[in-house]
Amino acid sequence: MVTPPSRPGRLGEVKTEVATPTASAVFAPRSRSGVALRVTPVDEVGLEARAKTFTTRSIKTSSKRAAIDLAVSCIDLTTLEGMDTPGKVAALCRKAVRPDPSNPAVPSVAAVCVYPQLVPVAVTHTNGTGVHVASVAGAFPSGQSSLAVRIADIEQAVADGADEIDIVISRGAFLAGDYNYVFNEIEAQKVACGPAHLKVILETGELGSYDQIRKASMLAMAAGADFIKTSTGKVAHNSSMPVALCMAEAIRDYAEQTGEIVGLKVAGGIRTAKQAWHYLVLIAETLGTQWLTPDLFRIGASSLLNDLLLQVQKLDTGRYSGPNYVSVD
Amino acid sequence: MADAIEPAGVKFNLEYAPALESTSIVKIDAEYGLFIGGKFVEPKSGETFATVSPSTEETLARISSASAADVDRAVKAARKAQTEIWGPMSGRDRAKYLFRIARQLQERAREFAVLETIDGGKPIRESRDVDVPLAAAHFFYHAGWADKLEYAFPDRRIAPKGVVGQIIPWNFPLLMLAWKVAPALATGNTVVLKPAETTSLTALLFAQLLQDIDLPPGVVNIVTGAGATGSALVEHKDVDKLAFTGSTSVGKQIQRSAAARGVPLTLELGGKAAHIVFEDAALDQAVEGVINGIYFNQGHVCCAGSRLLVQESIAESFVDRLKNRLATVRVGNPLDKNTDVGAINSAEQLGRITELVAAGVAEGAELYQPECSLPDRGYWFRPTIFTNVQQSHRIAREEIFGPVLSVLTFRTPEEAVAKANDTQYGLSAGIWTEKGSKILWMANELDAGVVWANTFNQFDAASPFGGYKESGFGREGGLQGLAPYVSLSSPKRGSR
Repeated sequence: MVTPPSRPGRLGEVKTEVATPTASAVFAPRSRSGVALRVTPVDEVGLEARAKTFTTRSIKTSSKRAAIDLAVSCIDLTTLEGMDTPGKVAALCRKAVRPDPSNPAVPSVAAVCVYPQLVPVAVTHTNGTGVHVASVAGAFPSGQSSLAVRIADIEQAVADGADEIDIVISRGAFLAGDYNYVFNEIEAQKVACGPAHLKVILETGELGSYDQIRKASMLAMAAGADFIKTSTGKVAHNSSMPVALCMAEAIRDYAEQTGEIVGLKVAGGIRTAKQAWHYLVLIAETLGTQWLTPDLFRIGASSLLNDLLLQVQKLDTGRYSGPNYVSVD
Repeated sequence: MADAIEPAGVKFNLEYAPALESTSIVKIDAEYGLFIGGKFVEPKSGETFATVSPSTEETLARISSASAADVDRAVKAARKAQTEIWGPMSGRDRAKYLFRIARQLQERAREFAVLETIDGGKPIRESRDVDVPLAAAHFFYHAGWADKLEYAFPDRRIAPKGVVGQIIPWNFPLLMLAWKVAPALATGNTVVLKPAETTSLTALLFAQLLQDIDLPPGVVNIVTGAGATGSALVEHKDVDKLAFTGSTSVGKQIQRSAAARGVPLTLELGGKAAHIVFEDAALDQAVEGVINGIYFNQGHVCCAGSRLLVQESIAESFVDRLKNRLATVRVGNPLDKNTDVGAINSAEQLGRITELVAAGVAEGAELYQPECSLPDRGYWFRPTIFTNVQQSHRIAREEIFGPVLSVLTFRTPEEAVAKANDTQYGLSAGIWTEKGSKILWMANELDAGVVWANTFNQFDAASPFGGYKESGFGREGGLQGLAPYVSLSSPKRGSR
């Protein structure tokens, strides 16, 4: 039985055994450095109105090219299907390293994202390229396994060479109000990651309100997340502009209160270049341009890359080509 | 194995490339006459004046200056139309014309938006997304009332006032025109309207629209000109009702004149709204609300949230949030779709803002303005935040009508109310707290015609707008906005 390290005083009383969730309902987390965190309420109408304004920024010519390059370099190129095979992952890795072989100006993506089983294949095909290997681990996407099983899953993926781990929070425990339980779990899984970066998926589509999303964001950051991530892509409601704004504001707030910098990953349903630069505008105007780097911003996507490549071709040639002019994988 | 390609020059900054709205849709004539009796006519005075674009200082056109004789002509045309056509017309038929106006405004929305931005300096984002859609909504809304007035005023006999004289300001030229003209026409009145002298163009385009939809001649007459034209209209003996939106000082003169003759009057004047932020508010959205409250339309808004009252416990961090947010506010060419704050409407107004800001500095308030480059030509003022403002400072008491926010602090809700109400004005207020009971208590205590909770600057044709104290009287919009345009009396016995 793996138990999280005891750190009294950070989120109330820390239990060493985290077998049974019990509702504490008191939400008063502390940061890694021990700062008591303030959590601000979120106004739904105001948040959604602000999120909409980012989509009306007009990005043209030179800004558009910079935005496309940046978006490509921030992609976690993802395949998370039961039918994934070594062959599929090999093709994905090739695409990740050289998105458009005919145009060397197009940068590599940030990482490939696969199930733990396929991490060795991804590592083989990205070795030495600078493209990271991310693995969803810890009973993705539901998280409904014992903590011990989830930790073993993470440790195996890291041992196989994944340098980024995407885990989910226990939404059940969070909604039941057992914040200690969620906090301790994340902390234990962070330890299991060792040197690998930890991205914590909040699965915002299951949290019910922006207030809850803000709260979960603060909790995950306090518990050790290097990135907080919107969603798994496996439920009905994935990333949206208001959700991303809500989390970005939490990140900004956390940085102001603690001085600790955490990244944001948006995932699920981001398919078009236009959507991608709406997110870039959101990040630039909420967190600042220092967040516009693959170290602090990621887009989990698969079909988005090809739409970005088509936009590059349009900028270069002045014509829109079609899907036949980019490779499927 | 190929090496990874490093992103080339991936420093994405906020220097969005220019995204200019095309002006080709707008045709501005060299010279405009007065719109009287359904036709554009030469002014009897023969006088014209130039209208300039505040963002370039270029002369756009020459506008006719209406003399007292011209105003008289317009009132006569309105009287004839009222007694012969518009007054006797059924509400259902008046509604048809109002619907036509509304639909035409929607159809020609881009033309009106671009012209409004060229003439007035406001960002195209606002004229496109706020001014023109709201103007159309106002006509739609009042078209709906035109044949249902007996439900608005049950068991009363309803008659139009007659000929209505209306004077509108330069901050929302088309929208204020809609606020004035729509309820007047819906209730059977005819109109003589004077737009502000710096922003006549959309009113004149509106006159062309009225010709296109075949509105009967004389129902709406537009007399352009400055203060002398306005006072000729106010003092005309055959005007049955006056409505004015503008400064409190001019409003007082008009009230004096109208009171002497017993002419019914509604006034929508200045404001010095308090925006009250409690420590338990949704702070990130409150920041948006405060920014929108004061920098919307360059602060040329009578209900602008020009005083921020923030609870002392969060004052410092809240002001930091505001300053951070202000760094992303883009000032510049109003025709650029990425512009948030456009040009100050006139050189005169720029002078007034500059004078009051200098007074703020002299009185010891702390000035903050973000770094941003301003265009070489045109009238511009950096978005400004004053901290360390005391209740007695001029910048906390006088209406600046520019992008200038004065920040004050409070400790308790009672103190917030006392400070908010400590002003000669009473147009609007904003409350930011997640606690509903506090919102309801505050809303009752605040002397303001409009109180927004957890939002600001929201307008709807169905929602009455107007002030207390020296912010004026009478309401515009909604059922309440119809009342000033009708005369009510008891029904004849047995008439129902």
